[in-house]
Amino acid sequence: MTALLEVEDLRVAYGKIEAVKGISFTVHQGEVTTLIGTNGAGKTTTLRTLSGLLRPTAGRITFDGQDLATVPAHKIVALGLAHSPEGRHIFPRMTIEENLLLGAFLRTDAAGIAADVERAYSLFPILGERRRQAAGTLSGGEQQMLAMGRALMSQPKLLMLDEPSMGLSPLMMQKIMSTIVELKASGTTILLVEQNAQAALSLSDRGYVMETGRVVLSGTGADLLHDESVRKAYLGED
Amino acid sequence: MHDLPQQLANGLILGALYGLVAIGYTMVYGIVQLINFAHGEIVMVGGFGALTAYLALPGGTTLWLALPLMLIAGILVSTLTAVAAERFAYRPLRNAPRLAPLITAIGLSIFLQQLVFSFYPDAKKARVFPKIPGDPFSLGSVTVQRSDLFLIIAAPLCMLALGWFVTRTRSGRAMQATSQDPDTAKLMGIDTDRIIVMAFAIGAAFAAVAAVAYGLRSGQVDFRMGFILGLKAFTAAVLGGIGNIYGAMLGGLALGLAEALATGYIQHLPGMHLFGGGAWKDVWAFVLLILVLLVRPQGLLGERVADRA
Repeated sequence: MTALLEVEDLRVAYGKIEAVKGISFTVHQGEVTTLIGTNGAGKTTTLRTLSGLLRPTAGRITFDGQDLATVPAHKIVALGLAHSPEGRHIFPRMTIEENLLLGAFLRTDAAGIAADVERAYSLFPILGERRRQAAGTLSGGEQQMLAMGRALMSQPKLLMLDEPSMGLSPLMMQKIMSTIVELKASGTTILLVEQNAQAALSLSDRGYVMETGRVVLSGTGADLLHDESVRKAYLGED
Repeated sequence: MHDLPQQLANGLILGALYGLVAIGYTMVYGIVQLINFAHGEIVMVGGFGALTAYLALPGGTTLWLALPLMLIAGILVSTLTAVAAERFAYRPLRNAPRLAPLITAIGLSIFLQQLVFSFYPDAKKARVFPKIPGDPFSLGSVTVQRSDLFLIIAAPLCMLALGWFVTRTRSGRAMQATSQDPDTAKLMGIDTDRIIVMAFAIGAAFAAVAAVAYGLRSGQVDFRMGFILGLKAFTAAVLGGIGNIYGAMLGGLALGLAEALATGYIQHLPGMHLFGGGAWKDVWAFVLLILVLLVRPQGLLGERVADRA
C-alpha cells in the first residue's frame, strides 16, 4: 500500500484569514479517502490548493513523488491529478461532448480519447443521449455526472471529487455514490469531499474529520462511521 | 428615399470597419472582463506601422505589392503593442479592483497618443495615407469607392477565419473555456495566461486590418484617429452583446447602418430638419447605444447571465 498523495502540515490563507491551519493526511493508491466536516472546515480550500488554484502558505504536498507546492494549476492535471470542483463548474455554453473533450485537453492520443468518451457514456448513458446538447441545459445531477466524466477524461492517477452529491435528489445521489464504488473497483484512487458523511464514510477506506481548518479525527471509514463523536456531529444522532 | 441602396451600402461598409475594431473589445472583455479603452490606440499605432512600411518602400511601388507589406507591418506593431500592454500594464493588476485596470487603460490610451504625437515624424498633423487608385465603380445604383474594396474583402475573411479558429481549433476551444470559467479551464490543463495574451493579440491584429482600411478610406492617419473609432467600436461591441464575437460584427453593422440612415434621412422627418447630415452622425450612434442599453442591456446577441461567482 503506497501513498499516492502525502499532505504535511498544509496551511492556506485568504489574505490574513487562515482557512487551513496545518493539516496532514495521506491518500493511498487504489483507495477512497474522504474528508468530512461542516461548512467552513476548509475541505474545498484543501482541494483547490491541491489542484493549484490556491497557493499554500506553508506545508508540503507530495503527489506521486513530486512536490506540488510551486507547480502552476494548468500543469498539475498533466501529473495525473484531476479535480471535479464544488458546484460542478461545467462549461455551460459548450456541448456535453465538448466538455468531455476539454477534460482530455492535454492528451494527444485521438483513439484513446474517443474510447474514453465512449467509456464516459457507458458510465453515464444519459450523457451519451444528449452529447450534442449545451451542458448548461442539463439538470444538476446530470451536470455532476458530466463534471465527473470530464475529470476522468484526463486518465488521472487521483480523482478529487468535491461535494458530488450536493443538491441532488436521493436517487441521483445514489447513482453518484454507486459510480464512485464502480470507479474504485476499476482501480481509480479517489479523494472525496462530502457533506453526506454516512454515504461517504460507508464507501471509504479512510476518512479524516475536519473542523475549522484542522483535522480533528481520522481512521478507517468503518471506524469513523462507528465513532460516537462522528455519529453525534455528522450523522444526526444523539 | 431613392438613394436607399447607396445609404445601406455606405452603412454596411462603415459597419464592417466598426465590427473589426469591436472584435478587439469583445475578445478581451470575454476573457478578462476588462474594457480595454486603449484599443482605439492599438488601431492607431497599427495605422502608423502600415504607413511606415509604405514610406520605407521605394517610390513607385504599386499598392497591390505595398498593401500586404503594410498590413504585415501594421499587424506587427499593433500586436506587439497590445501584448506589451497586457504584460506590463494589465497583468500586474489582474487581481486588483476593476477600476484600476480601467483607469490604466485610459492612461495607456493617452500615453500611446502622445508617444506618436511627439516622436513620429510630422505626426502633429494628419499624415497622408495611400489610396487605392482608380475611379469609384458602380454596382447597379450603388457607387463604391475603390479604397473600400479592401474592407469589403478583408472584413468577411477576417470574421470567417476567427469563427473557424474559435470553434475548430484546440486553442479556440481553450479560449471559449477560459471565457466561460477561467478557474475550471486551468483544471483542464489550459494555460489561461497564454489564452489572455492570445485574445489581446487577435484583437490587435484585427485592429491593424481596420487601421489600414481606415487609412485607405480617409486617405490619412493621425494620432487621434483611435479615439472616436474606438468609442464607436466599443458601442458596437456593447450593441451586439459584449463578449460575443458574432455580436461584435453584428453590432458594428447595425451601428454603421443606423449612422448612415440617420445621417441620410433624419432631416426629412417632420421637425427634425436641424438634426440631419454628417455633423450629427456621432450623436445618433450614441443615442442608439443608450436606447439599446435601456431596452436590452445584454445587447443583441448577449445572454443575460448572472455575474460569475
